[in-house]
Amino acid sequence: MANIELQGLVKTYGKTTAVHGIDLDIADGEFVVLVGPSGCGKSTTLRMIAGLEDISGGTLKIGGEVVNEREPKQRNIAMVFQNYAIYPHLSVAQNIGFGLYTAKLSKAEKDQRILATAKTLGMEELLSRRPSELSGGQRQRVAIGRAMVRDPVAFLFDEPLSNLDAQLRSQMRIEIKRLHQRLGTTIVYVTHDQIEAMTMADKIVVMRDGRILQVGTPTELYESPVDVFTARFIGSPSMNLLPGKVAGAALTAPGVTIAGIDAATIASGDVLIGVRPHDLVVGQVGTGLSMSGFVTAVEPLGSETLVHLDIAGTEVIATAPGKLVPKVDTTVAASAIPGSLYLFAAADERSLGRL
Amino acid sequence: MTTIAADAVPQPLKFGRIRPGQILIWTLLLLGGLLMVMPILYMFSTSLKTASQVYDLRLIPAAPTFDNYIKVLSDGNFLRWFGNSTFIATTVTLSNVFFDSLVGYTLAKFEFRGRYFIFLAILSTLMIPTEMLVIPWYLMSSQLHWLDSYWGIMFPGMMTAFGTFLMKQFFETVPDDFLEAARIDGLNEFQIWWKVAMPLVAPALSALAIFTFLGNWTAFFWPLIVTTSRELYTLPVGLSSFSDAQDTRWEMIMTGAALATIPTLVVFLVLQRFIVRGVMLAGLKG
Repeated sequence: MANIELQGLVKTYGKTTAVHGIDLDIADGEFVVLVGPSGCGKSTTLRMIAGLEDISGGTLKIGGEVVNEREPKQRNIAMVFQNYAIYPHLSVAQNIGFGLYTAKLSKAEKDQRILATAKTLGMEELLSRRPSELSGGQRQRVAIGRAMVRDPVAFLFDEPLSNLDAQLRSQMRIEIKRLHQRLGTTIVYVTHDQIEAMTMADKIVVMRDGRILQVGTPTELYESPVDVFTARFIGSPSMNLLPGKVAGAALTAPGVTIAGIDAATIASGDVLIGVRPHDLVVGQVGTGLSMSGFVTAVEPLGSETLVHLDIAGTEVIATAPGKLVPKVDTTVAASAIPGSLYLFAAADERSLGRL
Repeated sequence: MTTIAADAVPQPLKFGRIRPGQILIWTLLLLGGLLMVMPILYMFSTSLKTASQVYDLRLIPAAPTFDNYIKVLSDGNFLRWFGNSTFIATTVTLSNVFFDSLVGYTLAKFEFRGRYFIFLAILSTLMIPTEMLVIPWYLMSSQLHWLDSYWGIMFPGMMTAFGTFLMKQFFETVPDDFLEAARIDGLNEFQIWWKVAMPLVAPALSALAIFTFLGNWTAFFWPLIVTTSRELYTLPVGLSSFSDAQDTRWEMIMTGAALATIPTLVVFLVLQRFIVRGVMLAGLKG
């Protein structure tokens, strides 16, 4: 096991810069998720850690040693790919054993390790099968097995659950998390799915346009996003944003009523008011931000219903608790209590704090 | 339940109406098939005739005899030519499978300066007909003392532009993840090609191997030009030696040809599945 340090890591392709000098410390045994939209540089960063991409600038350390110039095999890391990359012409046992191809072990030792790995993943019955005879989840386990069998210092996962259906994805999320708890090996995990990031990570790294926007625990990112992008990226459904204005201690926004909120700590000017759909409750009356809007659509989820409202031309999502399902084309009231609002500067979209 | 059971009574099978277009297609295919099969049947028929019966064009010989087979097989040269053809076709096939796929893989999976130009240069050689290449090949063989040798027969076909093109196209379909996973597992580039990429393009490899083997087994023009010793003849060249200015011994030629088709038939029967797939993959006629 080892820690991983990225110091001013840069990746350029010709004149295009994909990663702009990022700094990141990944502690030994930590589960770190790199998250961001397509093209944000998360996969490139992971591939630089793996040694599959040359590093254009900066330093990469694994276990305290600079590994910029080392071949992938010399870094003792293992990687699980999006399409599993398990070989169709080999059996499950041979696929898992492929990770030991260059290991200086006797055949008996290799067989023993393959069996031990298969047992850990609950696959000992499948060892003689071909990948074509396996389900998507089983193939993913084989890929993880091939990574595990080498006992690497770190696992790198590149969107490993993207090809699975929703149910299997949530099952594999838990399996990977349990595996991490059992093995305690450092994991760097890339995904564009914020739910994966929130549910699995010890630490989330939000990336955009080749830069790190914010690093923190899932709760920190949810509660204290540094800007509009992170605020909207983390949390599902995305945070609502309403244009507003701060003048002295007063916070105002068209189409909504704001009471009992003191904005004196925020500099006067144009702002964006953020409120998460789960904090904006239909039928709740009280101080804070309240609004009355036309219902354009409803999404019943069983335990609650997401209600799409039209507030002065802006679409807002609120939550109706319990079995209450408002009718479309009716008008309903919704409100958010003080302390649940996020304020961002309209000019640069940076966070101004919470009210 | 009763209703369901009544509905579940099996209906008699209905055959679709045979359309006139289908009759026409089947007739044409049947005629085409006969056209293909007739020369082969005549070849076997003639091989069972004596020299005096050769021009009797009946398909079933009046007095079939296996004397020609005994004569051909007891002639030491025939077995030698058979051996030569086997050796040459096998060597050239193995060479093509190895080198074409190695170059195809390099062109498909590695980024380097001039890659596109090299690929175009290789492709452009496909546009030059063999007849035009024979003179430079001959001059080269003459200067390098390769005339009348196995190497002289084999060298022009040891690597082909078609094979390289075919393999490049197929290696491009192999996901990079497969190769990168092996790279992380510690395999070197040659091992990745041999252990990971090659098995993944097995259908294309078998197609290439079949076409190369059959092409070399039946090759006539270049082996005829480059060889002068009878013991270096390949089967087609050797068979042609049964014909000279004075006489053409058709029954002997047909017997030799019949024997020469045996490996081809075996290859076809054993690898039929691959040949059909290979033709589909390569988009060409076998």
